[in-house]
Amino acid sequence: MVNIPSSINDPIPPAEVEDVELYHPHSWWTTYVFSQDAKVIAIQYSLTAIAIGLVALVLSWLMRLQLGFPGVFTFIDADRYYQFITMHGMIMVIYLLTALFLGGFGNYLIPLMLGARDMVFPYANMLSYWIYLLAVLVLVAGFFAPGGPTGAGWTLYPPQAVLSGTPGGQDWGIILMLSSLILFIIGFTMGGLNYVVTVLQGRARGMTLMRMPLTIWGIFTATVMALLAFPALFVASVMMLFDRVLGTSFFMPAIAEMGAQLQYGGGSPILFQHLFWFFGHPEVYIVALPAFGIVSDLISVHARKNIFGYRMMVWAIVVIGALSFVVWAHHMYVSGMNPNFGFFFATTTLIIAVPTAIKVYNWVLTLWRGDIHLTIPMLFALGFIVTFVNGGLTGLFLGNVVVDVPLSDTMFVVAHFHMVMGVAPIMVIFGAIYHWYPKITGRMLDETMGRVHFWVTFLGAYLIFFPMHYLGLLGAPRRYHEIGESVVNPPSAHDLNVFITVMALIVGAAQILFLFNAAWSLRRGKDAGGNPWRATTLEWQTPTTPPPHGNFGKELPVVYRWAYDYSVPGAPEDFIPQNEPDPEHRSREHAT
Amino acid sequence: MSVILIFLAGLASIIIWWMAQQRLTSKPWLEAGRASEISAITRSPLPTAKIGLGVFLAVVGALFTLFISAYFMRMGLQDWWAIPLPSVLWANTAALVISSVALEKAKSSALQNDASTMKLALLISFATAIGFLLGQAFAWRELVSAGYVLADNPANSFFYMITGMHGLHILGGLLVLGRTTLRVWQNETPGHAQLSIDLCAMYWHFMLIVWLIIFALFAGWANDFVEICRQLLS
Repeated sequence: MVNIPSSINDPIPPAEVEDVELYHPHSWWTTYVFSQDAKVIAIQYSLTAIAIGLVALVLSWLMRLQLGFPGVFTFIDADRYYQFITMHGMIMVIYLLTALFLGGFGNYLIPLMLGARDMVFPYANMLSYWIYLLAVLVLVAGFFAPGGPTGAGWTLYPPQAVLSGTPGGQDWGIILMLSSLILFIIGFTMGGLNYVVTVLQGRARGMTLMRMPLTIWGIFTATVMALLAFPALFVASVMMLFDRVLGTSFFMPAIAEMGAQLQYGGGSPILFQHLFWFFGHPEVYIVALPAFGIVSDLISVHARKNIFGYRMMVWAIVVIGALSFVVWAHHMYVSGMNPNFGFFFATTTLIIAVPTAIKVYNWVLTLWRGDIHLTIPMLFALGFIVTFVNGGLTGLFLGNVVVDVPLSDTMFVVAHFHMVMGVAPIMVIFGAIYHWYPKITGRMLDETMGRVHFWVTFLGAYLIFFPMHYLGLLGAPRRYHEIGESVVNPPSAHDLNVFITVMALIVGAAQILFLFNAAWSLRRGKDAGGNPWRATTLEWQTPTTPPPHGNFGKELPVVYRWAYDYSVPGAPEDFIPQNEPDPEHRSREHAT
Repeated sequence: MSVILIFLAGLASIIIWWMAQQRLTSKPWLEAGRASEISAITRSPLPTAKIGLGVFLAVVGALFTLFISAYFMRMGLQDWWAIPLPSVLWANTAALVISSVALEKAKSSALQNDASTMKLALLISFATAIGFLLGQAFAWRELVSAGYVLADNPANSFFYMITGMHGLHILGGLLVLGRTTLRVWQNETPGHAQLSIDLCAMYWHFMLIVWLIIFALFAGWANDFVEICRQLLS
């Protein structure tokens, strides 16, 4: 598959654009640190995201310890608890999931899967990572600043976010958080331009849009959405920074604190909520769409079957992306709104279920009578489908105004979004790492450790979040440092909380096994060869593994078919790589 | 939020128009092909950098549209009174227009390989853009000395914030324009500089349009228009 057949009978039209001039690094620094190679940047992004994600994991442990054993861990006071909640949420949603899916997988897979040498603007791509790293450092600085990080909740609602009653509100916490977000958005925009324009302009010859693997479709659409949604968070952050530092009243109403009238007046907290959720809802799909795309490819490869309804899958991704911009106010049902608006947003929210359901059906139909290999990536992909359906169904509950109002701000909401936006994408991330690790390092991850990791993580996540739905239905509120014994927290519910905490500790600890596996296999893993999963997409057809600088030896691949030619009847093998010409055509041409 | 939705609708129609040309209804599973069937054109003939700038301008457009959205929503609240516009803003507008026109001139003279006109036009454009920024700073000072300080009233806050944001974008553009000008003065051939000048011009025209819109906004001309839209909606 390495050599592109090019005989006289098989004329390939000349490339209409010159091969890009690659930047060739000359020193160790420009090769491994200030690298402009998308693959190195991808690894930098991923490692940074995973590192900060581990911080968020520890924070969730601390929160669970407090909820399971209130009063035992005295260093977790109310202020700290809120700081943990805030940082956990913000890190997981933005600095881990967004950065890992787009900065990590986007950078690694877009050029390789499209048959390009690199991103189109490598320098901006490099800057993107370094600004992201700076954003992470500013975020982490919050832990060491006087007063600690902000404890405003990951939604940072004003006015409480900038008042002294909230941890970090009148200290450095909120300032550092907002600055970090602004930096993140600037950095992301640089990377995002690369991802979008590379998909538009960097594709190999023959790689039409409808031949792109769904992974690329997911990442591409998510990036377009992110580029348009993140400005809303940018605007909200800048305005809140003005309110906090310069004393303007964009969001701050007239308000008294500790008996003293503050200088603010007339601002609208609802305005912030609109801006925040105008970013916040698309953000859900910015994380979900790459996951959808990747999982489609994992299922197809490991079930040795073409994806069912490829066109529908593409259209569904695009439709979900578009719809997600007109549903934001379903996060604001309890903020008070015109009932007609509530009706409108409930309707649009439920309509999103249609393209999403199409995707789920297509995954299931791809599995139907497939040659399912229960490899670890496949296990995680299956785990994703189940988890996503679960989380999606509770989303239908919460999308309705009348059901949302009583359930809002209970543990039910926490369970819902952790299932759909936490566990489900994380399943895909793990599946993707197990799937592409052999390409990145040339070695397989250890199978046994992988299986233990999967089963503990998958079952454990259910044992954590299923009971949480029940707690929510009982009325247990979220964001409470200590509930105490009450109607909503009978002794039985408390026992459940202890159980959830123990499970959370176990699932968290299982991730250490994963990290160990990743480090151990780097040297001692089984040799993977170039294409261990026998997959069709271009990243598996590189001349050497791991792919060298410039990805594809001397000549770029030419694409002859879509990405899902598995188990084609009559074909000698059960997969045909994308850069393999049609044999029938070839023989016909040779005959003439 | 209706302003940003209108903006996104416009953007969506561009995206739909583009997608309509991408054969999204083709059936890739039936199209395993041979080399000669591969179309030579899989990408746009436009230079990649231009497309990149176009995408970036869409992001910048979304950013300013969101600021304007916030402006209108905040405007509807009780404590709003409009800010008087310093007359120097007219001069600033003129400077930015001249800057944009000069860049257009540089573009056409680069096409005609007329190096000396191109150099002069670039220099004029650079100087007038700096003049614009100085004028903006002057306008700020005038407002502050007249007692319209940042935190007094939301209209003031928005004025300083949005003009500041626009100024930062001009400043960023100036860095690129300065670099291009420098390269041209170091005797780069017009043909070589063509793309850079094209990109600068594109960015400059865009920022001019943004400025005209926010100028109209602060002058209050947009209010009547918005009022009509509001009544149409309700």
